[in-house]
Amino acid sequence: MSASTTTVDQVPELVSGTGKIGGKLWLGGLLAASAWALAALVTAFVPNSDDWEYGLQLTRILGGVAVILALSGLFLPRLPAVFERFRAKAAWLLAIGLGLTVWELVTAKLGWLPRPFFVPPQALLEVYADEWPKLLECTYHSVLLLATGYLLGAFTGFSVGVAVGWSRLAAYWGQPLLRFIGPLPATAWLPIAFFIFPSSWSASVFLIALATAIPVAILTWSGVSSVGGAFYDVARTLGASQRFLVLKVAIPASLPSVFVGLFMGMSASFAVLVVAEMMGVKAGLGWYLSWAQGWAAYANMYAALVMMALMCSSLVTLLFKVRDRVLAWQKGLLRW
Amino acid sequence: MVSSAALKREDALPAGMSLDIQSVSHGFTLEGEHLPVLANVSLKVEPGEFVALLGPSGCGKSTLLRLVAGLEPPTQGSLKADGEAITRPDPSRVVVFQDPTLYPWRTVYDNVALGLEAQGLLRSRKDRIPEALKLVGLEKFHKVYPHQLSGGMAQRAALARALVNDPRLLILDEPLGKLDSLTRLTMQSELLDLWQRAGFTSLLVTHDIEEALFLATRVVVFSPRPARIVADIAVERSYPRHRGDQYLAELRHQLLGLLGLGETW
Repeated sequence: MSASTTTVDQVPELVSGTGKIGGKLWLGGLLAASAWALAALVTAFVPNSDDWEYGLQLTRILGGVAVILALSGLFLPRLPAVFERFRAKAAWLLAIGLGLTVWELVTAKLGWLPRPFFVPPQALLEVYADEWPKLLECTYHSVLLLATGYLLGAFTGFSVGVAVGWSRLAAYWGQPLLRFIGPLPATAWLPIAFFIFPSSWSASVFLIALATAIPVAILTWSGVSSVGGAFYDVARTLGASQRFLVLKVAIPASLPSVFVGLFMGMSASFAVLVVAEMMGVKAGLGWYLSWAQGWAAYANMYAALVMMALMCSSLVTLLFKVRDRVLAWQKGLLRW
Repeated sequence: MVSSAALKREDALPAGMSLDIQSVSHGFTLEGEHLPVLANVSLKVEPGEFVALLGPSGCGKSTLLRLVAGLEPPTQGSLKADGEAITRPDPSRVVVFQDPTLYPWRTVYDNVALGLEAQGLLRSRKDRIPEALKLVGLEKFHKVYPHQLSGGMAQRAALARALVNDPRLLILDEPLGKLDSLTRLTMQSELLDLWQRAGFTSLLVTHDIEEALFLATRVVVFSPRPARIVADIAVERSYPRHRGDQYLAELRHQLLGLLGLGETW
């Protein structure tokens, strides 16, 4: 009885996600739990419109999440530190549970969405259960190719940018080239690259490196050339050599701009990676996508897309972490 | 260059540097037109003197300081430090600019360490950094980044960055110009204290007549651009000086007259 009165008291606060810590129940968690339970019940008891495997496994997973959420709703408020982190996620957890219910209904149960383009959740689950070694291998190949090209391109772009920003000679030759070649999408080089390079893998590394290098070079160049003259004057009066001016003044001062280039280069490299894998490289998630398309295996395509999204967002997150560490001094100047 | 700097310190040179500026003229080319900035400026500074350069804003005093620092060569004439021609910047002649221009990516400590690092003396003379920070009262702020400092503290850090190199000539380009008036008065006394203790030669550009009279042994007055020397006045008062001193007030009157503001007295 006491539990229910507590709940009623806290309804407005908890639904808005701002429930008091130390209250006995987390209503947001319980609501999310019921949404996931609903998804599990729909999967288990509403009859399928067609033969779909893995219904049982899906039910177990959905039900498992529902149980965890229900337990969290009951007990998580007793661990304030953990609760603090999860409290605000209640609305998302609820929405995902409801979304899965609707997805399951309109595909597997009612068949409202055209087949075979739209697949139910259990079909995706089936792909992951059967194909996970292959998907992992593809992800590994993609990451390897991307990392090789990206790191090569980032290093080259950074060096070119510093040279063009610092030296007049490099600027004389480099600026027009960057202006002329820079706007060309790296994928335009694809036919030539596949022709010139000994393997499609090395051609793809080149294309990814090119796509990365150009924004990195341009933003490094602009960062280096916009360093205030006063910074150099200070170092020069203190006895700094040219080398010191480049390494200890120009480069650290331009790093915020360099990171903008690194982020732009990263999204460009994703685009080139997928195209290169679809066109020539015989491994990786892009290749898997086009292979699945060839077999009209739409569930496999969605599964690969999810893997790709995970890979890309993880890499972007990693770059954010690197930036936060390298540019920690900016924390008071900028709000991120 | 490092070795010569190290040698200099071991020589028994006086703590202050002598300066000899002979018929220096300088100008810039702006949009195809020649803009004269300094017109035949000659000035001798003895070791340990504190010379204030006073003149209307934009007259070219700061340009003269850039020449003395060795950041630019003069169009005509010669500049000598301790009898040797000034051809390039040297850590024995350190500039404190109007803006503190601390490097935002370095902590206060690392900013102060800049000169030693640039000269490759970081390892051997590391102990100078805490000393310099203590001199300017920032010993508790060594881990702080520049954006966390107030204007006065940032300028103190810039001063420490200069002092760490044991300069024999401190070139001060309106270093207190952007501070609020109370901080400015406090820092004038601190500057005086540092100069008296360390014995370096000081060259101070300022717009502030009272500041010039409170600090300097000599006040050199410049005309509007192109700058010529209009007057060279010795301030014969011992330290510590008093801002209300009748003698200083008289000099102030005289200087205002030289700057064309006599009727405001």
